[in-house]
Amino acid sequence: MSSGSLLPLILAVVLAPLMQAVITRTKSVLAGRIGQPLLQPYRDLWKLLRKGAVYSQTTTWIFQMGPTVGLASVILAMGLVPFGGSPALSGFTGDFVLIAYLMAAGRFFTVVAALDTGSSFEGMGASREVTFSALAEPALFLGLAALVRQTGHLSLSPVLASVSTVTWRHAAPILSLTLAGLIIVFLAENARIPVDDPTTHLELTMIHEVMVLDHSGPDFALIQYGAALKMWLFAAIIIGVAAPWHFGNRWIDLGAALGGMLVLGIATGVIESSMARLRLLRVPQLLLVAIVLSALALAL
Amino acid sequence: MTIALPSFHNCEPIPLASVNCLPIHQFRASIISALREGSMLTALFGTPMKDGRVQLIGVLADPGTSSLSALSTEVDESYPCLTVDCPQANWFEREIAEQWQVKPQGHPWLKPIRFQAPYRSEGAAQAPVPGVTNFFAVSGDEVHEVAVGPVHAGIIEPGHFRFQCHGERVLHLEISLGYQHRGVESALVGGPGKRTIHEIETLSGDTSIGHTIAHCEAIEGLCGAAVSVRAQALRAIALELERLANHCGDLGAMAGDAGYLPTASYCGRIRGDFLNLTAEICGSRFGRGMVRPGGVLFDVDANLALELTRRLDTALKDVEDAVRLMWDAPSLQARFQDTGALTAATCAALGLVGPAARACGVERDIRQDFPSGVFRFAQIPISISDSGDVLARAWVRWLEIQRSGVFIREQLAALPAGPIRVAVGPMLPAHLIVSLTEGWRGAITHAAITDRDGRFARYKIIDPSFRNWIGLAIAMREQQISDFPLCNKSFNLSYCGHDL
Repeated sequence: MSSGSLLPLILAVVLAPLMQAVITRTKSVLAGRIGQPLLQPYRDLWKLLRKGAVYSQTTTWIFQMGPTVGLASVILAMGLVPFGGSPALSGFTGDFVLIAYLMAAGRFFTVVAALDTGSSFEGMGASREVTFSALAEPALFLGLAALVRQTGHLSLSPVLASVSTVTWRHAAPILSLTLAGLIIVFLAENARIPVDDPTTHLELTMIHEVMVLDHSGPDFALIQYGAALKMWLFAAIIIGVAAPWHFGNRWIDLGAALGGMLVLGIATGVIESSMARLRLLRVPQLLLVAIVLSALALAL
Repeated sequence: MTIALPSFHNCEPIPLASVNCLPIHQFRASIISALREGSMLTALFGTPMKDGRVQLIGVLADPGTSSLSALSTEVDESYPCLTVDCPQANWFEREIAEQWQVKPQGHPWLKPIRFQAPYRSEGAAQAPVPGVTNFFAVSGDEVHEVAVGPVHAGIIEPGHFRFQCHGERVLHLEISLGYQHRGVESALVGGPGKRTIHEIETLSGDTSIGHTIAHCEAIEGLCGAAVSVRAQALRAIALELERLANHCGDLGAMAGDAGYLPTASYCGRIRGDFLNLTAEICGSRFGRGMVRPGGVLFDVDANLALELTRRLDTALKDVEDAVRLMWDAPSLQARFQDTGALTAATCAALGLVGPAARACGVERDIRQDFPSGVFRFAQIPISISDSGDVLARAWVRWLEIQRSGVFIREQLAALPAGPIRVAVGPMLPAHLIVSLTEGWRGAITHAAITDRDGRFARYKIIDPSFRNWIGLAIAMREQQISDFPLCNKSFNLSYCGHDL
């Protein structure tokens, strides 16, 4: 274990909902609307936290535990992700494997909570989620493995710390391929277009959203907040690779990384505004592309 | 064994006595042979007789000769069903069984359609609870059932959908409606009264103009009133504006369901622009108060015609830009293509109407086949596509938007002179009239029978949704269940128009 900084975790906890607001705002502006205030996600969370939760009589403690475990596992994983030159709170050899499996643990509990309701909808959503994440996982691992191989480090903080403009000059193809794979995983894992539509009200087309239909009040707030953190986590890794400037001043580095997050948020909004969702049958093909890109990066 | 049936035109009244009353086997054989020769079963409904029995009236429409024909038979407890020989009769016969407690024997899947109380029954009849019935079930280890509605996640009308799925694949979809049943048909008996026109305007809120034109033309036919050409042109303008607004909204909604935001956002706004044009004429965005028996209530003077043309041009330009975005997006085309495809043969067998039928390559348009009003003089080219999928249904709507736009411009530029409304007298007693109008969803049928005093003894309304819901169910077979919302939106059927 190396000594780390609390800063990445604090930034994530505070700013994660803002990134979602940036995406929503981008989509609104591109659609010719004014859009909701940037602080709306925070207000929504506060509103949900003050509400009561409704529990179906067919559910058990598993259903109530799902959101808590989901959020806890993302926060734990956040503790292992560096941001903008500041090392993560904690780091050790092979910590990125733990990150991936903490996310998987969170997903597992979301899925069993969904199955616990006994609704055919939620079962359908759970089966979609599991199918697609089973395909996203190899892409993520292969991408991280390519980074590990390129940098020679086995922990995420040093890996991202050693990706620099120099690395890009040496190994631009590898990093670009990795980045492309990671961005597809980012869109898939965070239920964005072209994989999923986070704003749809059509139950039958939902992947992630349908699993959380039965959660309400504070439980739903935890789920929403967990989703924001998860997006921040993937975005932080992507920005770590894509914006590898190390100016020597930790505050300038942080500012650059935050700027990168803003750009990624806007880019996601632009992607969502410029293309339709894929047919559900085509989603595995997209994820296979991510796997191939990452595998190619590892092999190069 | 064909029997010569008296033929008549759209909106032409015929004496009830001239409708041949045939024995049931001849009734069946005549309908079956007429359908085989290309006619369409426009209506099949029951009407009460004095002795407590039920008279079934069938109306056939032959697009080749633009003529209608009617025939009838008398039944009591049951009769051999038509559905097995002509699937078009399916929902008509379910309706007859529900309303009159007459059993079509041999009907393959006889169950309630609106869950309404029967018109003919011994003792006080209770309406059954909607949705409580048998559903077709598929058994097997890996088959699962998904039930959606009647309460949905979006703000839409209530309807219950029961899917039998194998994984993501839909084996069978059953649609159960009736939650919106208001009893309009029985309220119209004895009319027309003060409330009649308002009941007609709200049969299906988004088709106010279409239904009101069908109703008014039926009344005018029965009264022998000659509506001025000016009023007919103004009605047609309102009808096409209704089509423009709804098609534009539908294209946007289809893009929205596929997650394609630009077209969804723009079309949502432009739909409002078209609705506002209707409001500019009559003060109501949905055309309430525009059409009345004898003509229309609101005139369009030269200044207003210019203003309408100007605003129409702007809106049409906007919708062209918004829709071009959609046709230029490969991701959206890929999503629409091969989703929910129907063949022309299926479409013809089921008797589908409107853009859903024209998307399968079936040339079926009341404005061309059975024109009434100004459509007898000014034709709109029929819009056809051939692949029968969501893409084709979107494409037909886009063609119709362009053609309706041209039509409205022509009409506004050359509005005929004349009064906008003439007086209507009493209605002919003991007559039958069938009035067809091409609403934006498809053929609207109103069939009225008058009693000896010239009041409505029976008023039958067939909204295009009544014919097309089965098309949606069939289009979903062997499709992905996640494609249902998109497929549903491409049909965009009315719940209250079906439930009446």
